[in-house]
Amino acid sequence: MGEKVLMKGAEAIAEAAIRAGCMAFFGYPITPQNETPEYFSRRMPELGRVFLQAESEVASINMVYGAACTGTRVITTSSSPGISLMQEGFSYIANSNVPCVVVNAMRGGPGLGDIAPAQADYFQATKGGGHGDYHSIVLAPHTIQETADLMFDAFDLADKYRIMVVVLVDGLMGQMMEPVEFKEWVDVSKFKTPEWATVGQGDRKERNIITSLEILPEGLEKMNLALQEKYKKIKENEVRLEEYEMDDAEYALTAFGTVARIAKTVVDMARADGIKLGLIRPITVWPFPEKEIAKRAEQVKFFFDVEMNEGQMLEDVKLAVNGKKPVHYYGRLGGVVPTAEEIYGEFKKLLGGKE
Amino acid sequence: MKLIYKKPDAITERDTTYCPGCPHGIAHRLVAELLEEMDLVKKTVIVWPVGCSVFGYYFIATDAVEAAHGRACAMATGIKRVHPESFVMTYQGDGDLASIGIAETVHAAARGERISVVYINNGNYGMTGGQMAPTTLIGQVTTTSPYGRKPELNGFPMHVPEMLAALDGPAYIARAALDSPQHIIQAKKFLKKAFTAQVKNLGFSLVELVSACPTNWKMTPVEAMERIRKEVLPVFPIGEFKVAKGVE
Repeated sequence: MGEKVLMKGAEAIAEAAIRAGCMAFFGYPITPQNETPEYFSRRMPELGRVFLQAESEVASINMVYGAACTGTRVITTSSSPGISLMQEGFSYIANSNVPCVVVNAMRGGPGLGDIAPAQADYFQATKGGGHGDYHSIVLAPHTIQETADLMFDAFDLADKYRIMVVVLVDGLMGQMMEPVEFKEWVDVSKFKTPEWATVGQGDRKERNIITSLEILPEGLEKMNLALQEKYKKIKENEVRLEEYEMDDAEYALTAFGTVARIAKTVVDMARADGIKLGLIRPITVWPFPEKEIAKRAEQVKFFFDVEMNEGQMLEDVKLAVNGKKPVHYYGRLGGVVPTAEEIYGEFKKLLGGKE
Repeated sequence: MKLIYKKPDAITERDTTYCPGCPHGIAHRLVAELLEEMDLVKKTVIVWPVGCSVFGYYFIATDAVEAAHGRACAMATGIKRVHPESFVMTYQGDGDLASIGIAETVHAAARGERISVVYINNGNYGMTGGQMAPTTLIGQVTTTSPYGRKPELNGFPMHVPEMLAALDGPAYIARAALDSPQHIIQAKKFLKKAFTAQVKNLGFSLVELVSACPTNWKMTPVEAMERIRKEVLPVFPIGEFKVAKGVE
C-alpha cells in the first residue's frame, strides 16, 4: 500500500482499475461518472494502454466484448441509462464466457430520470438484466477505499471465472471525495494471452471460436447447464458481506452501498440509546449472502431493509429470511438520499415504543 | 493427372448452411483464397454477423467471434485496438451492416479503424425469410413490402460505399459484384486492396459485394444473376470509391 491521497470516487475507480492491470477502456460520456473516462483518457495513453470513446454505449459494450475475447483486462463505466443500452452485450458476454469489468454509477430513473444517486438498478444488475438465464458477479462497495480495493478483486474474479463483474456504485460514491490508499500495481508484463483467446490461431493446434450461438436446443441447454455450474461454484466460494455490530444484535438493518454507509451511523445512534441494532451489508449482491442472513434470522426479532429504490434487495432478504421473521422496508426513490435520523426514526416506529 | 483447382485449405470440409445458388460460397472462397495468398490465416480473427452467414466460422478456418446483430465493427474495433498485430475483419450482410449496424459501421470508418469489412448486399434479409432491407430496390417485392418498396413509405436504397467514401478515415472503399466470372475476378482484386489497406496500417477498408438471394427472390440461380446485371448494378454500380496511397 502507498500513501493516502484525497480523491473523488469516480477518479479512484479509474486509478484503481489501471493499477489492477486494466489495459483498455471503452465508453461513452454520461453523468454522474464522467470523471472516470476523463481520468482514463489522460492516464491510459501515458501507459501505452487503450482509451477509446465510443459512439454509444451499444458500441462501447461490444468493443469491450471484442477486447474481452482476446483475454485482455478491459473495462467500461457508465450510469443507469447507459447500462440499460448495454444489456444485450452483457447477455452475449455471459454466454461467451469472456471476462470484463463494468462499473455502474447508478442514478435516478426510470427513463432519463435525474443525475442524483440511486440504487434502482439492483434488479437489473443482480438478476441478469439482458435476455436469457445468466448472472454477473456484482460488487457493491460502500466507501471509496472499498471501491478502490474491489476494483482489483473485480478483475481477478472476472479472469478466474471468465465472467463479467459489475461494480455497482451510485452517483454519490462517484462524486464524493475521500482519502484513499491504493494497492500495489499489478505487473502487466506478466500477462499472457490465454489459450482460449481469439487473436489469430498462431501456433495453437486448434483454432478458437467464441460464440453465444448454439442452434440445437439440446446443445444450448448444455451451454446453459455449464453456466449454471459456474454460478453454483461462485455462490459457494465468492459470497462476501460485512456484519456490523451483529454479534448481540436483536434487530438487523440490511443495506448495500451508500445506504449501508448511512446505516452504520444509524446503528451507532441506536447503540448510543442502548438498542441492540446491527447491520448486515452484502458486499456481493450477487451472489447474495442468503445463508448468512438465514442464520441471523434465528437471532434477531426483525429485519429492517433500507434502500434507495422501491425495495429491490428486499426481495432477496425476504427469500433468505424465508418467513422466519418479519422483514420491514424503508426507502427513498428518484435520487433522494435518506438521512441517518430519518432511518432511525422509521426504525423506532417499528419498535413501537417497546424500547 | 495434374491438380489445377482445389478447395483452399482455409475452407473447412463442413457442408454449408447456404441455399443452392447462394453466392456466399463464392465470397467465402475469395476471402479464404486471399487469406492464404497473403499469409494471413493464422493471424486472422473474423467477426461474423447475425444473418445467413451467422455460422460462417464453421466454413472459414480462422479464429472467430460471433457478434450481436449489427455490432461486428464495434467488436472488431475492440479486438484490433488491444491486439493490433491480428488481422481483424468482419463479414456482414446488408441488414446487419446497413440497418441495425449502420452507426457502428460509420463510426469505425470515421475513426479509420484498421479493420476490413466484407459487406454482402443481396437486397433483403435472407435468413429471416426475405424481408425488406435498406438495400431493397424501389418497386422490389419482399415479405414486408408486398406491394413493392415505395419511396414515400420506405425511402430509398442506401449506398454504403458512397456514404463512407465521404469520410476521411477509410483507406479503401469499393463495390464489386458476384454475378459473373469477370466480376468475381474483379471482386478478388478489390478485396485484396482492402486487406492490404489493413496490413499496411492505412485505415478502414470495406468492399461491398453485390450478391443474390435466389430463394427469397424466388428465382433460379441463373435468373438471379441476370437480375443483378439488369436491375441491381444500375442502382449499385461497381467501382472504387476511395483508394488511399499505398493500397495498390
